[in-house]
Amino acid sequence: MGGTDAKDILGLPKTPLSLTQEKKSRPQKESHRKPDGISREVYALTGGVAPLMPSIDVTHLKRRPPPDEKVAWQWLPVKSSARNDDLQLFHWVRVVNDVPPSGDYSFAKYNKSVDVLKYTDDEYENHLTDPVWSKEETDQLFEYCERFDLRFTVIADRFPLSRTVEELKDRYYSVTRSLLRARAQSPSDLANHPLMKEPYDMTRDRERKRALSMVLSQSRHQEKKDAEILAEAKRITEMRLAARRAAEPDVPANENIGSVSPSSNSQLPATAVAPSTLTMADYASTLASLRMLHVYLRTYGLEQMVQAASSAVGLRTIKRVEQTLQDLGVNLKPKVPTKTVCDEHLELRKEILTLLNLQKQLQYKESEGSSHREGAYASMPDTPKDRVFASEPFSFGAERPIKKEQKRKGPGRQSDTPSPAHKRPRKLKASDL
Amino acid sequence: MEDSHVEILSASTPKLRIGIDGGDDKNWRRRVNGVEVSVPIVCGSIAFFRGKKAKEYRTHNWSVYVRGATNEDLGVVIRKVIFHLHPSFKNPTRVVESPPFTLSECGWGEFKIDITVFFHADACERKLELSHLLKLNPEIYSGPQSPNVPVVTESYNEIVFPDPFECFLARAHNHPAVHVSKLPEGFNLPPPPPGVAADESYYKMKKGDTKDHPLSHWFLKFSEADELFKLTATRHKVQADIAELKRRLVVVDAQPEQF
Repeated sequence: MGGTDAKDILGLPKTPLSLTQEKKSRPQKESHRKPDGISREVYALTGGVAPLMPSIDVTHLKRRPPPDEKVAWQWLPVKSSARNDDLQLFHWVRVVNDVPPSGDYSFAKYNKSVDVLKYTDDEYENHLTDPVWSKEETDQLFEYCERFDLRFTVIADRFPLSRTVEELKDRYYSVTRSLLRARAQSPSDLANHPLMKEPYDMTRDRERKRALSMVLSQSRHQEKKDAEILAEAKRITEMRLAARRAAEPDVPANENIGSVSPSSNSQLPATAVAPSTLTMADYASTLASLRMLHVYLRTYGLEQMVQAASSAVGLRTIKRVEQTLQDLGVNLKPKVPTKTVCDEHLELRKEILTLLNLQKQLQYKESEGSSHREGAYASMPDTPKDRVFASEPFSFGAERPIKKEQKRKGPGRQSDTPSPAHKRPRKLKASDL
Repeated sequence: MEDSHVEILSASTPKLRIGIDGGDDKNWRRRVNGVEVSVPIVCGSIAFFRGKKAKEYRTHNWSVYVRGATNEDLGVVIRKVIFHLHPSFKNPTRVVESPPFTLSECGWGEFKIDITVFFHADACERKLELSHLLKLNPEIYSGPQSPNVPVVTESYNEIVFPDPFECFLARAHNHPAVHVSKLPEGFNLPPPPPGVAADESYYKMKKGDTKDHPLSHWFLKFSEADELFKLTATRHKVQADIAELKRRLVVVDAQPEQF
């Protein structure tokens, strides 16, 4: 190590041992232990020199009490305002200079309690009677509320008659509200009371808890489906909004997506149906918005319809569709966009989407069924090309048939030869065997 | 929108107002639903290298245009076209108010030309925006440019009027530049009474098809046949593949769990 040079420059003594005497400049690093052996090696790593600036100020590390204070710990009785019995408890107390600390027990301030209203029998007769609840029950409930600080789960456990938490809550809150209303001098007093502003609704509470438990118990699969469907719904409402804004009210009110809340999970149709119903709405609203333009270019119209068709799928699928089109030698944007050509193009795209979907399904099913099956034909077709040339499944190694309608699409572009620059990793293929 | 149209017409000529304020007014502003009028157009540019006459900033003579795909007169539908040139041109906003809607210039640079198309009032009150990338140099370099062989860039498109106005249909449905989708059964288009049609500008415009245009022999021909053939053939293939996959899915589903 070039430690000696550095030391020369700094004018420091050359032996590392002498550094231990310099308390101030030695940083309190854990790696620098007292034993020489270790510190010497570690010092050697740094060139045998301590850093010029101590990285940690030593004095900050251990703040020792000022030496003039005398600290002792004593086992003393404790008084807490939170306790209202005479139980005498003891604990260790830090006594400084023979003066025990003053003040209340430091945790007493956390002893909050609820202001549970107490009603008289008269009040009960006048305002609080209920067909389902007897006076004894209500009294008992209120006693428990006071005792357990409105912890309804505890109250529900201990309540002699089996009542649900929501029922108990409902009774307590409605009684309190009636009492407040009855006792209020003027209506304005009440207006600010939180219980009046947001009354407890038992059914809503039940629904909320049920929905929560359903969400929590959803499987990951369901979660994903939900997220997808919510995204669709959002997209559709946005499109509809746009169409409506541009349109007069003759937008066809087509598909109802159904309630999308998690609690209606089970009622949603199977995945295969849901996307197609959603895209039908997209097409309809796209057509409507095109008509509202009163004039548009055919290419623009096609773009919009393609977008509508792709709205239900992810970006990766869109790319795959485009790749498939290219592989099949079809222009991504038609060169001669007449009405017929555009219609055919759109239909082709939709069919390719179906094809890719089916491929995925088949892959999924085949991999589920067996993951170790071998054999060329059983292996998953990984490119659309494999499917397109379905008539010759085993001739991948051979020359591909050159199509007669091969047309020059642009400078030098050959549409039929398989591009070796396929980005997707290839799985087991016939030609690989 | 319809109100403002009526105002435009009445502002331009008192004579026209009589026809419109009459009982026929509502008929003429009625839209025919389910019918589509489409006008096939080609938007393009032709650029000639100036050869010996080329200077630093004037290397090419070029023309940009919007023409009918079969060289018919677009004046039946289009009232005027504005070509928005690169700001380095003097008066970059060039307005062409009669067919053929062409603009010729001299320059050195390639740039995107925004084109705004305005229609006759009875066709549509909204304008349509297109754009065209002006190309002066060929895609593939094949030696020094000859001043006799231009660089031609054209793209085919169609202007679509969904649910066209009855009056527009009446006026234009027989014109060769205009394609009308199938009219509903028993639909009778009354002949347009004289004077009640487009603005005056329609009658002031000189007729301008591009069949005999000086550049017309450079125009490209666009036929949907090839593309259509390709598309239908591809669709058949894909449909066959879908059927095959469906069959295989059925097979897989039927199989009991193995391994």
